[in-house]
Amino acid sequence: MTDVQLQVRGLSKSYGTITALEGLDLDIRRGEVIGLIGDNGAGKSTFIKILSGVHRPTSGTIHLEGRPATIRTPRDAMLLGIETIYQYTAMIPEMSIMRNVFIGRELLRWGRRGFGILDRKAMHAQSMAAIADLGLHIRDPEAKVKELSGGQQQGVAIARAIHFKSKIMIFDEPTNHLSVKETNKVLDYVKQLRDQGKTCIFISHNLYHVHEVSDRVVAMARGRKVADVPRSEVDVIEMTRMIT
Amino acid sequence: MNLMDRLRSLLNLPEAGALAMLFVMVAAFTLLSPSFLTYGNIQVVLQPIPEMALLAIGVTILMIAGEFDLSVGSTFVLSPMVMVLVLAAGVPLPLAMLAGLVVALAVGLVNAFVTLRIGLPSFIATLGMLFVARSLAVVISGGFPPPFPRDMNLDWIVGRVDLLRVSVFWLIGIAVLLTLWLRRTDFGSWVFATGGNVGAARDMGVNTALVKTVCFSLCAILAGFAGMIQVFRLRSITPSLGNGMELTAIAAAVIGGAALAGGIGSVTGAIIGALLLAFIENIIILTRVDANWFRFAVGTMIVLAVAFNTWVRHLADTYRKRENR
Repeated sequence: MTDVQLQVRGLSKSYGTITALEGLDLDIRRGEVIGLIGDNGAGKSTFIKILSGVHRPTSGTIHLEGRPATIRTPRDAMLLGIETIYQYTAMIPEMSIMRNVFIGRELLRWGRRGFGILDRKAMHAQSMAAIADLGLHIRDPEAKVKELSGGQQQGVAIARAIHFKSKIMIFDEPTNHLSVKETNKVLDYVKQLRDQGKTCIFISHNLYHVHEVSDRVVAMARGRKVADVPRSEVDVIEMTRMIT
Repeated sequence: MNLMDRLRSLLNLPEAGALAMLFVMVAAFTLLSPSFLTYGNIQVVLQPIPEMALLAIGVTILMIAGEFDLSVGSTFVLSPMVMVLVLAAGVPLPLAMLAGLVVALAVGLVNAFVTLRIGLPSFIATLGMLFVARSLAVVISGGFPPPFPRDMNLDWIVGRVDLLRVSVFWLIGIAVLLTLWLRRTDFGSWVFATGGNVGAARDMGVNTALVKTVCFSLCAILAGFAGMIQVFRLRSITPSLGNGMELTAIAAAVIGGAALAGGIGSVTGAIIGALLLAFIENIIILTRVDANWFRFAVGTMIVLAVAFNTWVRHLADTYRKRENR
């Protein structure tokens, strides 16, 4: 096991008497795409929410690049370089693409965070570049996000994550509300990231999608990890068996 | 930018509909009554505008952040009441004003606490505050507030400058500052983000509770300051001051293009909304229509304005969509 980027040990989360996640151990290597599968309530969402700072674990540790990582808020996660692309798009429909790319991390011409004057020129240029780098065809970063299709919105979310040089990108059922064509587009983005050597965690109910993009498949059930195998050793039928 | 582009970006402003209505109404009212667009009449109409507009601005900004304040009419009396009482105790005016504004801030913080920590809808939290703050204003004054010092020099805030009062310049100054704050700063961006999609804003690392708390506080402080201006202008205070003004302020906000659901609105829109309401009241008086029709007109205006705003927004969207294809 060389070059482990994210190491999870004994991670547990309980809500009162209900245990959602029980002693999860997981190693994720740099540049790997992990396909995380499991039925509803298997604990994968809980795990992801801990990683992205939405929930705090009851016990267990997370190490990022060898250093212990404390993730208390979504902002902590983002500062560490863990970026999540959600199944609902984490976008503000009435705001421009440019503003959405930088929400919470605005570029400032003057002042400190919370008391700063926006550097709109830089935000315009950089959001334009981020979108173009991903191969998204959007002419005007000043356009409102609600004018984009669902696939384009996820594209902007991915461009945003790449722009902020995230180390680990989590895709939490990113294709749930998308059409077939848009879904393929998002899967292409993930493959593109894999080819660029980005570490990704990909979650989906659609096992074909998971199989298509992952290097390794991790299956969860009832709060525990039940399988952790290279993709080449499983097929979709076996994956289905793992989680049911 | 050519003319067409300019027109399109104008359509995209939240206050586009209100602005159009303002032009139409001024034109129509001028035709309806020859005394509408006269020096004396405009002077009268503009008198209460700063107070009304400041209230509407506070309500609008809070609405952009996705929350609601029904208690502004009560803060409008409680805050100056504290000021007048402190003043009567012999404290100098700046400190008395500060005391009043601190009380307004406290009202805003309580509204924020009940909404964000206890988790009640702001509609309920501030409805409760509407009664509580009004009651407090009556109780602390013992029902009979002290007379306002007649000889105090208040020219710096309500003095007459030709057609206007100095308070109009206070309004303009505050409006410009708040517009810059909303549009040009990162915090302003968070206000829109919080109201536009609170979950997304939180996931992107925005402290949405802080954003809302700041907006609740700002709304209350503006209401308190607006009440003070009115007290200065009338040189008297009664416990019934600002009664029902919360609804007029909300009306001005939505007429000015603020969306009840949050994420949309502007300071200029709030001012235009306040102006429209004042003009309607004025034309009813000028044309000698029974004054009881005022509320009828306001009610109709609210519904028509929101419908019109929605239509303008839709128009702007279809324009842009067509362009993106």
